[in-house]
Amino acid sequence: MFQRLPNLIRKPISFSFEGQEIEALEGDTLASALLAVGVSSLRDAPVSGTARAPYCMIGVCFECSVEIDGVSHQQACLIPVCQDMDVRRQQAEKEAGDALGG
Amino acid sequence: MRSEVDVVVIGAGPAGMAAAVAAAGAGAGVVVLDEQVEPGGQIYRAIESVERNRPADLSFLGDAYVHGSTVAGAFRAVRTDYRPASTVWQVGDLGKGKRRDVVYSRNGAAETLSVKHLVIATGALERPVPIPGWTLPGVMTVGAVQSALKTSGIYPTGNLVLAGSGPLMLQLAVQLITAHVPIAAIVDTTPPGGLSRAFFHLPRALAAGETLLKGWRMLRTVNRSGVPIYRGASHLQAHGSKQTRGEKVTSLSFRSQGTDYAIDADVVALHEGVTPNTQLTRLLQAEHRWDDRQRCFHPLTNQWGETSEPGVYVAGDGGGIAGSLAAERSGMITGLAVAQSLGLLAEAARDFISEEQRMRRFIDLSIRPFLDSYYPAPNWIGKVGDDVILCRCEEVTAGQLRAAMAHGCSGPNQAKSFLRCGMGACQGRMCAASVTEVMAATSGATPDAVGSFRIRPPIKPVTLAEVAALEQGVL
Repeated sequence: MFQRLPNLIRKPISFSFEGQEIEALEGDTLASALLAVGVSSLRDAPVSGTARAPYCMIGVCFECSVEIDGVSHQQACLIPVCQDMDVRRQQAEKEAGDALGG
Repeated sequence: MRSEVDVVVIGAGPAGMAAAVAAAGAGAGVVVLDEQVEPGGQIYRAIESVERNRPADLSFLGDAYVHGSTVAGAFRAVRTDYRPASTVWQVGDLGKGKRRDVVYSRNGAAETLSVKHLVIATGALERPVPIPGWTLPGVMTVGAVQSALKTSGIYPTGNLVLAGSGPLMLQLAVQLITAHVPIAAIVDTTPPGGLSRAFFHLPRALAAGETLLKGWRMLRTVNRSGVPIYRGASHLQAHGSKQTRGEKVTSLSFRSQGTDYAIDADVVALHEGVTPNTQLTRLLQAEHRWDDRQRCFHPLTNQWGETSEPGVYVAGDGGGIAGSLAAERSGMITGLAVAQSLGLLAEAARDFISEEQRMRRFIDLSIRPFLDSYYPAPNWIGKVGDDVILCRCEEVTAGQLRAAMAHGCSGPNQAKSFLRCGMGACQGRMCAASVTEVMAATSGATPDAVGSFRIRPPIKPVTLAEVAALEQGVL
């Protein structure tokens, strides 16, 4: 879905998404790094369960919300990628919904 | 932790940076809080790292973007307490004439600043475009594509369709064409007859002749690029299909000049103009008015940018859409006003220095009536189909909102308790505008009478630990 422009200077770094190792470049936002490797959806909508993906990329829509190192509701479009980040699809709302009986 | 500060500026875009430069230049202690990791705001996003790490990309990002380097350079040259990666989530009102508590989080820790003067420079956001299928992965905004290009140097592959209207979409098209990124199609929703519609405003726009000429050159670049353009488009609808992991957009259908089309699309970038980000001014319950031409609310301000809440100023597009250059001037004007009320600048000096900024701003603004009539704000959002989702977080449709109104739901705030509309993670940023439009169109009331969501803290998600660590009385 997305591809990188030629890069000359930026350092490669790696992090994990859903347990899978992902290569990124220093300075990438998390959302961009995931789009660049073809991850098309970062969370499921809590009501219908449909797949959702980054929409605004400026920190407004929360569609790119992910769980980073165990903390949910992190906006992937604002947060720079860091080496060894453990990133997961956001489950917090679904878990809360399930706990309340759907 | 709580500390006392003269001035807090929220947002490090053109307006915030200029306000900080003016106030700090006069000797004020200024803290600048910004969500991003480097200065620039959305318009100059990542300008410093692009200059440092990807200088070749400046050639297609264009002169308007490169100007950010000058603005950021001036900001870096003055002494301010700049705190990037800081998310403001509450501004407490401690009573008339008192200091205000600005609460923000950085690296998972919350802090409170007790401030005399607050400058809100949180700029604009793209107007949400509620069309059928707009929640499908692959459907994003023009600004989103541009932002990814600036911050990370990535661009959409496959069939990229730009769909909408306005200067930002034109700018992205030119950037992509210059960078040799293929665009499958431009679906232009600008109503036909732009020039005759805007002709009346042309004489005034000539004062900003250079901008006008740039725009004309950009239009020419797009028209000569060979990218298929579907003009006067309406009835946009994104369609998807099941993929290995969830659904994804596969096509966009629309009507253009009497013909129905459906074109393949892997990424659809929507755009229907930008509107002020009023989250903080709404939180502070400053007075807002509906602008019928730009079809959005903006806070009421005086000539210095001060809102109806004493000591709370708005600089830049957050006070009404005027563009990045005008935002810079208004930031300067507000910064001077703040310095004067702190007693750091004589009234005469403030008036003298700000006069030049005001003149320049007047010239920057002279193109707005022309632009606003050439690219009119969409008039269809209040009439979207019943099955269209308005609130993306809680998945509330226009039909549900209309049904709630039939059952006595009297306004946006009651819609929260009827439907949870506007109560998801985005706190109404993605549906407030559409909810006002739908309720106004359905009831026949004016948007001013309908109003908008009451915004409550925290305006961004925080952990319980961050709240618990605060002093008592802050919330």
